[in-house]
Amino acid sequence: MSRGDFREGLRGGFPIMLAASPFGALFGALAVDNGFSIADAVFMSATVYAGASQMVGIELFGSNVQPWLVVLSVFAVNFRHVLYSASLARHIRHFSFVQKLIAFFLLVDPQYAETEQRGQRGLPVTFAWYAGFGIVIYVPWIINTLIGAIFGQLIGDPKAIGLDVLLPVYFLGLVMSFRTRDRFLPIVAVSAVASVAGMHFVGSPWHVSIGALAGILLAACLPPKRPAVQVHAAEKEA
Amino acid sequence: MDAQHLNLLYLIVAAAVATYVTRFGGYVLITQLKNIPPRLGSALNAVPAAVLTTLVAPAFVYGGMDVAAAMLVAFVIGLRFSTLRMLLVGWIAVMAIRHLIL
Repeated sequence: MSRGDFREGLRGGFPIMLAASPFGALFGALAVDNGFSIADAVFMSATVYAGASQMVGIELFGSNVQPWLVVLSVFAVNFRHVLYSASLARHIRHFSFVQKLIAFFLLVDPQYAETEQRGQRGLPVTFAWYAGFGIVIYVPWIINTLIGAIFGQLIGDPKAIGLDVLLPVYFLGLVMSFRTRDRFLPIVAVSAVASVAGMHFVGSPWHVSIGALAGILLAACLPPKRPAVQVHAAEKEA
Repeated sequence: MDAQHLNLLYLIVAAAVATYVTRFGGYVLITQLKNIPPRLGSALNAVPAAVLTTLVAPAFVYGGMDVAAAMLVAFVIGLRFSTLRMLLVGWIAVMAIRHLIL
């Protein structure tokens, strides 16, 4: 482990950590609002460590969706990480087995983007640098969850201070971050109509699977425009 | 510890495992698989937008006029600015509607 590389990683991850901090606190507050204890919220941030999917998880848990569907949704939202780890392979080949296990755990969107850029610029992707970059985001993420959860516990009615609008807006932002993908508009339109219809005719938990399936089936049926799965630069949410 | 809380802990662990699988799965796949069939690729590409839309559309339709209005304002902001600004503006909008108009 080179201390210089580690410190360089810490410095590089610092601005990302600042940008992610409000989301960590937001997650903590919303998790408590959705029936999590402070410890549950912190435990989820420490183990799942993927902001958007954590939000999806607490939202679905709060609406009593079947557990397998919650896990599947978390998997779906995090599915892009498959592409990250695939494309990261050439940059971390020299890591030891244990270092790889740690590297995969810390593989959030900015970690991927930064490592990829560093590799492309021909700079050495050392484990020390990677760990420094990862730790300066990971540890504050947990601390911010704790702060948000404690703060959320103190709030009486989340609606009175407008907390309830934050999740739908956050998810809207996530949807919009995928807008450069092929067939984005038809997929969103079909999923939107199917999920609202599912909500109306079938009931709450099922609207998620009905709406998602409708959009995915449409994408599979339409003739593909470009052949392979692509990683898009627009997906930069933690 | 009651049963419901234990279930939540299992759920979190399962979500963590699912996430971890996505984070090393690509590495394993890339060393095995040469390419992904186009239709499967399109379907996989559609997964996040399709799933997330199901969390947005019903909230817009059934969330009440105040939430719908705030989401519209946030949408316009989101065309140009970051998610953080969307959240801030959406939050200000819903607070303004609730405390000044309604």
